[in-house]
Amino acid sequence: MTPDVGNYLLVSAAMFTIGLVGVIVRRSPLVVLLSLELMLNSANLVLVAFGRYHGGQDGQIFALVVMGVAAAEVVVGLGLIVAMERRRMLLDTDEIAELRG
Amino acid sequence: MNTLVWALASAGALASALAVIVQRNPFISAIALLGNLASLATLYLLLQSDFVAAAQIMVYAGAIMVMFLFVIAYIGPRGEVQDERRRGWQIGAACAAAGAILVEVAWTVGRSGLTSAATVKDDFGSPKHVGELFLTRYVGAFEIVSLLLLVAAIAAVVLGAGARPNRVRMDERQAKVRAARQLAAQREPGA
Repeated sequence: MTPDVGNYLLVSAAMFTIGLVGVIVRRSPLVVLLSLELMLNSANLVLVAFGRYHGGQDGQIFALVVMGVAAAEVVVGLGLIVAMERRRMLLDTDEIAELRG
Repeated sequence: MNTLVWALASAGALASALAVIVQRNPFISAIALLGNLASLATLYLLLQSDFVAAAQIMVYAGAIMVMFLFVIAYIGPRGEVQDERRRGWQIGAACAAAGAILVEVAWTVGRSGLTSAATVKDDFGSPKHVGELFLTRYVGAFEIVSLLLLVAAIAAVVLGAGARPNRVRMDERQAKVRAARQLAAQREPGA
């Protein structure tokens, strides 16, 4: 008896919603980035689960590419946070609103 | 057996995900995300995706999280937003919207008729197969990701080292706060 693909999809959906709530509710840019990681990881879980379900390995390739993209995203995000810190800006996503239309 | 491991890993993944968004201290959030990544690696192993599980631990837990922890340590207590409380209706609305998505997905999965997975050989997801696919059919994606990482590394250097702190214009709001404090200090020299 092994859990079928639907169980993995449910775990992934729950993780995605938790990450989504984190991105919306939290104001510290660091925690927003961490929540984004949660969402990316839940997408990875779906890719791997469907890859296993269909018996192909292409989903795993996609998951690995997503990991690379996540690494690039984190590098840029953390670079922005460090730059903000060096400019002594407030690290608060509600205060960083100069580009608001 | 598999179901037991699945239940444990899923519970760990969800609990640590909740901890990430609930904890006030970003450091503890990052540690919780580490637990989440380990639980996900367990799930990948259950799905016979050995190489992805290993890459998850090495790339995420080894490289990305170390970068996070370095930045959190560099920023220190300023990483915590003071008085980080949304209004109640904002949290309620976010949770309601997210819950609606969750219910929708659960309903769709329940009706989708996804049942048993395909039978695969024992070496499914081995580094040999993944590497072969990466260097044949998906070689374009492979190269583009390497280029993307290079550009991101350059961007991090530019962002992190570009401006000298002493010549940078201070954030307007904080400049105002500082000016008000100076004014108050001038009025009351004793304070």
